[in-house]
Amino acid sequence: MSWRTELSRAAALAWKDLTAERRTKANFNSVVFLAGMILLLFGFAFGPDANALRAAAAGVLWLTVLFSGVLAFNRSYQLELDGGALEQLLLYPGSRKTIFLGKLAANLAFVLLVEAILVPLAAVLYDLPLAKPFPGLAGVLLLGTFGFVTLGTFYAAMASRVRAREVLLPLLLFPMLVPVVVASVEATSAILAGDPMGDAGAWLRLLVVFDAIFFTASLLAFEHVIDE
Amino acid sequence: MARQTGPVSTTLGARDGGIAAVAVSDIARRFGRRWALRGVSLHVEPGTIAALVGHNGSGKTTLLRIIATTLRPTRGSGSVFGHDLVRDANRVRDLVAVLGHTPGLYGDLTARENLEFALRMSGRAPTRRDIDAALDRVGLAADANELVRTFSAGMQRRLALARVILRGARLILLDEPYAAFDADGIALVNGFLAEHKAAGGAAIVATHDPVRAAPVVDRFWAIDHGRVTPTEPALLLAAAAGRDPAAAFAATGAIVAGHADPKRAVL
Repeated sequence: MSWRTELSRAAALAWKDLTAERRTKANFNSVVFLAGMILLLFGFAFGPDANALRAAAAGVLWLTVLFSGVLAFNRSYQLELDGGALEQLLLYPGSRKTIFLGKLAANLAFVLLVEAILVPLAAVLYDLPLAKPFPGLAGVLLLGTFGFVTLGTFYAAMASRVRAREVLLPLLLFPMLVPVVVASVEATSAILAGDPMGDAGAWLRLLVVFDAIFFTASLLAFEHVIDE
Repeated sequence: MARQTGPVSTTLGARDGGIAAVAVSDIARRFGRRWALRGVSLHVEPGTIAALVGHNGSGKTTLLRIIATTLRPTRGSGSVFGHDLVRDANRVRDLVAVLGHTPGLYGDLTARENLEFALRMSGRAPTRRDIDAALDRVGLAADANELVRTFSAGMQRRLALARVILRGARLILLDEPYAAFDADGIALVNGFLAEHKAAGGAAIVATHDPVRAAPVVDRFWAIDHGRVTPTEPALLLAAAAGRDPAAAFAATGAIVAGHADPKRAVL
């Protein structure tokens, strides 16, 4: 198949996942609720000190994205497991990489949408200035989320055929996410503080490198994890 | 019912251009310590409908999955229209459509959207005309825009059959195709198989119920504990009906004049 056809297949897969989610909203509602609760609980844990809240905000935000994103990844393959759709998906001609790209696009859109609600909520709860650092913050969110979703989509495929996949996925995924999380939290903290040391750019470049490595490795290995 | 005039052999149907629709040789597959298939060899020629008849766990589904390339054999080799099942799996998938045990549909999409998705994933642009024709063919035209999760099991099977019809594949693999179907549905499956065969396509029907498949099947194979043997249709039908062969044949409506003794009957 030509690369245009493969892209069209990936788009069809992403459209299918997002349409199913748009109709039920089952996953979106639960993920947003969970994320809101995590933000709120961490806020209570840090107490009313505005400085402490602001200092912890970047870490809390990324941990919230991580915990809630895992639910989205599990759901993404659950759609395929219901009614034997995964078997049917593997019967279509074309590259397996296309399945990965389609799932990645759908998961990316989903997590970014959740973040669009989460970030303003965090700004209110943690007293964060959003207007001025918004372009930089958007860049970190995009790069960090891309790396996170790439690994999440890959490991969710690996765990999809295992009975205890809900437990297995975080066990596989979280250790691999350490570099992305550290770079994302450091870059977010620097940008929210106005980047006084000028080190946000270095963290962003590191994120680009992590994203490129994770994306390439996941794309190449996907065929081996999705086939039985 | 198609006729078999000679002794049952390991080759199904007449060879056409020398390339078998399906050719597998000494295929074996192990799951953990259990062998699901233990050295299966068979040929299915274009223009032939073959039936694999066996009980649950006999290895029917495993063999179909290997031919469909969703499962790799532990041992042995095979091809579909000359394309190797392992080395050329992507090309094989282009030639095969499967009606599986489970419908493989998305409940939160409509019937039409499910078919559009299937066509796009096959690398084809869906046309409203093709989809309407397929839905009409399986009796779901009025339900085209309904969500599939509201469908009964039989309706979901019909939609899965519509997906197979739309694919226009040269080889059709059907796993228990009569499950969840009423009498109309069974006639629908057999009508489709007869047309497919007339157009030169091939099909393998895995079933534990040979009586329903009998009207369209050319040759029967018994599969048991992972081993396949060509078998006399009359004996299979009798066993399936749980009574004497004559009654079994009567149940299929397939008694052919001049073959009153079903043990000598030809299909």
